[in-house]
Amino acid sequence: MSKTVLICGGTGCVSSDSHKVYDRLEEELQKDPSSRIEVKFTGCHGFCEQGPIVIVQPDNVFYCRVTTNDVPELIEAMKKGEVLERLLYRDPVTGELSRSREEIGFYKKQKRLVLENCGEIDPENIEEYESRGGYEALRAVLGKERSEVIEEIKKSGLRGRGGAGFPTGLKWEFTAQAEGDKKYVVCNADEGDPGAFMDRSILEGDPHAVLEGMLICGYAVGADEGYVYVRAEYPLAIKRLKIAIKEAEEKGYLGDDILNSGFNFKVNIKAGAGAFVCGEETALLASIQGERGMPRPRPPFPAEKGLWGKPTNLNNVETYANVPRIIRMGADEYAKIGTEKSKGTKVFALTGKINNTGLVEVPMGITMRDIIYDIGGGILDNKEFKAVQIGGPSGGCLPSELLDLPVDYDSLTEVGAMMGSGGLVVMDETTCMVDLAHFFLNFTQKESCGKCTPCREGTKRMLEILERIASGKGQEEDLETLQRLARVIKSTALCGLGQTAPNPVLTTMKYFLSEYETHIKEKRCPAGVCKELITYRIDPEKCTGCTLCAKHCPSGAISGEKKEPHVIDPDKCTRCGVCITKCNKDAIYLA
Amino acid sequence: MSVRITINGRLIEAEEGSTVLEAAQKAGIEIPTLCHHPALRDFGACRLCIVEVEGMENLPAACVTYIRDGMVIETESEAVVESRKTILELLLANHPQDCLTCEKNGDCRLQDHAYRYGVRASGFKGEVAEHPVDDSNPFFQRDYNKCILCGSCVRMCGEVQVVSAVDYAYRGFETKIAAAFDAGLEDSPCVFCGNCISVCPVGALTPKQSKGTGRNWEKEKVLTICPYCGVGCQLYLEVKDGRVVGVSSADGPANRGLLCVKGHFGMDFIHHPDRLTTPLIKRNGRFEAASWDEALDEVAKRLGEIKAKWGPDAIAGLSSAKCTNEENYLMQKFMRAVVGTNNVDHCARLCHASTVAGLAQAFGSGAMTNSISEIEEADVIFVTGSNTTEAHPVLGTAVKRAKKRGAKLLVADPREIELAEMAEVVMQQLPGTDVALLNGMMHVIIKEGLYDQAFVEERTEGFEEVRRTVEKYPPDYVEKITGVKAEDIVKAARIYAGARNASILYAMGVTQQTTGTDNVLCIANLAMLTGNVGRPNTGVNPLRGQNNVQGACDMGALPNVYPGYQKVEDSGVRDKFEKAWDVALPDKPGLTIVEMMQAALEGRVRGMYIMGENPMVSDPDINHVRESLENLEFLVVQDIFLTETAQLADVVLPAASFAEKAGTFTNTERRIQRIHPAVLAPGEARKDWEIITDVACRMGYQMTYRSPAEIMEEIARLTPIYGGVSYDRLETEGLQWPCPEPDHPGTPYLHKGKFTRGRGLFHAVEYRDPDETPDEEYPYILTTGRLLYHFHTGSMTRRSVGLNEILPEGYIEINPRMARELGISDGDWVMVASRRGRVVVKALVTGRPKDGVVFMPFHFAEAAANVLTNAALDPTAKIPELKVCAVQVEKHHEGPGVKTGGGA
Repeated sequence: MSKTVLICGGTGCVSSDSHKVYDRLEEELQKDPSSRIEVKFTGCHGFCEQGPIVIVQPDNVFYCRVTTNDVPELIEAMKKGEVLERLLYRDPVTGELSRSREEIGFYKKQKRLVLENCGEIDPENIEEYESRGGYEALRAVLGKERSEVIEEIKKSGLRGRGGAGFPTGLKWEFTAQAEGDKKYVVCNADEGDPGAFMDRSILEGDPHAVLEGMLICGYAVGADEGYVYVRAEYPLAIKRLKIAIKEAEEKGYLGDDILNSGFNFKVNIKAGAGAFVCGEETALLASIQGERGMPRPRPPFPAEKGLWGKPTNLNNVETYANVPRIIRMGADEYAKIGTEKSKGTKVFALTGKINNTGLVEVPMGITMRDIIYDIGGGILDNKEFKAVQIGGPSGGCLPSELLDLPVDYDSLTEVGAMMGSGGLVVMDETTCMVDLAHFFLNFTQKESCGKCTPCREGTKRMLEILERIASGKGQEEDLETLQRLARVIKSTALCGLGQTAPNPVLTTMKYFLSEYETHIKEKRCPAGVCKELITYRIDPEKCTGCTLCAKHCPSGAISGEKKEPHVIDPDKCTRCGVCITKCNKDAIYLA
Repeated sequence: MSVRITINGRLIEAEEGSTVLEAAQKAGIEIPTLCHHPALRDFGACRLCIVEVEGMENLPAACVTYIRDGMVIETESEAVVESRKTILELLLANHPQDCLTCEKNGDCRLQDHAYRYGVRASGFKGEVAEHPVDDSNPFFQRDYNKCILCGSCVRMCGEVQVVSAVDYAYRGFETKIAAAFDAGLEDSPCVFCGNCISVCPVGALTPKQSKGTGRNWEKEKVLTICPYCGVGCQLYLEVKDGRVVGVSSADGPANRGLLCVKGHFGMDFIHHPDRLTTPLIKRNGRFEAASWDEALDEVAKRLGEIKAKWGPDAIAGLSSAKCTNEENYLMQKFMRAVVGTNNVDHCARLCHASTVAGLAQAFGSGAMTNSISEIEEADVIFVTGSNTTEAHPVLGTAVKRAKKRGAKLLVADPREIELAEMAEVVMQQLPGTDVALLNGMMHVIIKEGLYDQAFVEERTEGFEEVRRTVEKYPPDYVEKITGVKAEDIVKAARIYAGARNASILYAMGVTQQTTGTDNVLCIANLAMLTGNVGRPNTGVNPLRGQNNVQGACDMGALPNVYPGYQKVEDSGVRDKFEKAWDVALPDKPGLTIVEMMQAALEGRVRGMYIMGENPMVSDPDINHVRESLENLEFLVVQDIFLTETAQLADVVLPAASFAEKAGTFTNTERRIQRIHPAVLAPGEARKDWEIITDVACRMGYQMTYRSPAEIMEEIARLTPIYGGVSYDRLETEGLQWPCPEPDHPGTPYLHKGKFTRGRGLFHAVEYRDPDETPDEEYPYILTTGRLLYHFHTGSMTRRSVGLNEILPEGYIEINPRMARELGISDGDWVMVASRRGRVVVKALVTGRPKDGVVFMPFHFAEAAANVLTNAALDPTAKIPELKVCAVQVEKHHEGPGVKTGGGA
């Protein structure tokens, strides 16, 4: 019987050498031409923590952590129609083995709509996309009135997936109604949030979904040209997009008189140049125009005056990727998923101190608890959940009290956080909230375009205060100053970067004020993170002088005679923690 | 349409489409700003102008928020004030505490707002920017530690000056304004216009020559007009302790707050030690200081002697295109009424004589038809024979802005000038082939039926002959003559003819030829053919070179006309002037400059009175000029410096510069503007108008005026086009002639409804070769011209520290292919020779001139291009062919030294 081996080709698994697994498989399979086994590289399967992922169809067997050494055995098992148990997923808590994806906790509560093709198809082969309904939506749309298409998107309740959640149908309508002899469709694939890789996975795993979405948008708003603005740090996504565009052109889905409809559309790719602020729509447009990526005041909005002054519809990758599905299943069906005001699903990059890190897609309205504990598999090493950061550097943290909050646009904004583009970072007791705020603020300050005073100067001064607090030099007034600066920056900054930069500070202060106060009053970091507030000490009673720690200390901070208790010099110690991992006498502690 | 809004509880009616800032300003409510400037597009960067608007979340910036009916705005609410204070505090936290020694003390917006809101420098203690101060260019210092990143300089440079030499660089706290690669400005496209300084709200940009000369409140600011080119920019001379210490821009009608590097930084010639301070009399070949009585008596005596012995026509006078209208009027009055000759001319002869002659014939009036402010509004601008961004810089920015706005640019010039970079069609015709090119364009326009039939029929005459003539100039034929590709000629013709409003700008490249008048007639033909005269934003626009060459012409400092272009040969006109001046006047037109030189050489002219002109550098065939002047019996030169011409004089009279007297200048758009004295003339130097009247009196003619205003009263009485001009009417925006009556508002554009002569006259013109074309002995074409950093004979600019530093010596531009063939590298010394002389000068290898054509600027006396040029004249205008002559070029192994040996 013939089999298909789907190997995950998402960046995560590729960095774990999944492409070498692919090569080895091809190599081995060539030795035996009689085996009817086909090997395919697909997009991201989502379970990055367990990669490289290999799925065998039609048996629907889910293998993880596959290496090149496993290949010969794997081929044997496939030929015999057997399952290689040692490569199956084992639940970390129960120890149970899962044979297929559907049995795995990580996948159970997910609803993979946008990511449906990721992991199933070869993203460099348009025919596989077509075989699963690809470009049918485009065909259907070309036979409709443009206003009908916009109505359908409005009815679906789709909201922008880039973070702000503006109703997509309404945005399309504005652009369609704007006056202009030329209109553009732009896809924001800049994805600048640190740790976010939703858009990347979609572009790498199912680029045609994005193209089809842009085509449908172009038709609806009256545009004949589009740009995908991809960050340059995504070379694989750029490569796959280029291939997809070429294939689509060859098949007549892009170009002139598409499918004999009289509709023309072409897509260009513009690579970014490493600036987070270019994810802001007006800065992005400036960058395409060859100018410095700096935002400009709005109104006028891009729908009215965008690229080169023409009406432009700008949406996120995930937003466009939703569009063909909405057309195919119908707006009403789509609107059944999610909540009243937040329809559909959302892709999240689930990372941090949880067991199952990876790419997930869930229906809107699911609780944070379900995401973290069911899908995420709970906190790593059984530690205590402390908070989850949602929305990256523009977002806020949610403490355990809010674990049962439904994940949708409005519930999140109500508590001072925001959906953001989909980055979720889970934290445990070993995360210092002051340090977290510092991390994000350091990022936004460095990425500030520098145009407006509150963001450029204000985030710098907030950062300096946080640094003082983290190094034990904080003062009482600092908390009030942080609040004042945050207030002013939020209300006066020119663009979303500045307006949301204080959020991490504000939410951590709101829910973890005591941690700030401890840093200031007691000059102590409860989580043991802030380097200048913790000292690594060796308990002389427990230390046997085995010198293991001293040998591994990268800064040469530990000294002592063999068999004599060792001592750590706090001035040289960088608090890297290597000594603790090496000591098997448990003699090193944080004072 | 008006809109009703509420600001701070007051109900206000404001214009739809205004911003909150504009509406508040009109209602007298001041909202503080830092990055806002009326000349620039609103930016919304500083966030100081934020206000509270009911229903809007956050605090929007007033400068970029448009009003809506029913808007309720609070400009000083608690949240607003807290934010403004915090923003000011943030700016001050990253600002050097330098107010005491800062040049902007007292003139700084950051200071103003900090004072208003009581914000002290204390507050946020942390990192402070530490950029090294950039002192690298000769004109101004850049201290970006004081910069508040408002972006005004970036926007001025990008939007208005259209150079984009600086932009925001880096990110986050490290953001700073920088030129490319954060290098010095001299490595960037910066042209040192200093317009960025004019809009900087703080002390980040400081003119070097003004440093330490006083704070704002210690200096007096005198409004006057720039003495350099014909744009006529208004500016303020900053004066302290009787010295001009700096310049700041003014919002004049021609320049709207802009200046160029010369106007902004080239005024230090005023106090240069070389300034003439006493009269000089040459005895035994050496100059000796003399008293005014001595000198003026000598002048009166010697001129009187020559007049008595040889007749009035043995004396010739050169008036000055740099002096005021009043002075030019007096000079021609002196030559006519006191000396009794019409031998009066000035350097217009060398530049726009063809324009005056040509346009007078075609339209009836020889001046720029439209206004400078209209150039920016044209749909198509055809620039030919003008390197506008270097010769008329502020006007050049208007052309660039027009292009940015969407206008199309056509350029016809033998060199690849800066404007060619943004042109739709670039035609690099061989020097001297303009008639063929223009006829070729007209051929296409007529053949393709693109001309304005109605206009031609109703408003012009003479079309048929032109049609027959240009029929012989199809593009392929024209290509052979000019070297311009036929398809480019066709494309340019179509674009020009297809425009709704097309404007032609031209200058020396067109006029300084033996066919100069013909060239101008062709341009007039082209404009009339397409109906582009007599309407706004169109026209035939000759760009006059000197600050008052238009005025010198208007005042009749010309051998064939009285003030107002009233003909000398017209007995009725002569009668009027004889009555007014109470003296009999000569009836034959006099000699033009080049003719005067020839006459001097031949002994027909024996005495000359030269005021503010330097023919020893500006005239063609300098060796010939020297011979001519040396042959005179008597030469008196009146100037501010001992120029190359003054050195040959028998008597030198020290004159006041533009900064030391009152009067008027008329710029290229016919706008008469007042200059005001800022300082006293040095030593014993006197105002030109006083000197002339003194000489006149000593020669027996009563000429006394109490002030230049009185002279203008006389001018107005006798000159119809200046009829309504008086000093009290000229205060702010001047007046554009024709202004015949005291209540006439002046004339922005000419020939509305009808041409000055009635119908516009077409002239059929055939192409003629230049007087001297390349041959085996002299195989290359030399063309000459101007540069940005220097002005004409360099008497002023080469005495300006900054200008001389940035461009200390002359050069010759040689095309790379030609250079390779001759074995010449960039920077090598080369010997350039023509039939009239030779010059040793440095080579600048550049693709700007075509292969076989070389270019030399004429500003450098020690490497004088005019040693080489040809004095052949245009038969009508008598303008010499400064733009075309034949030369030999070869590498020269020795260093500098001008070899002006006669002949080849």
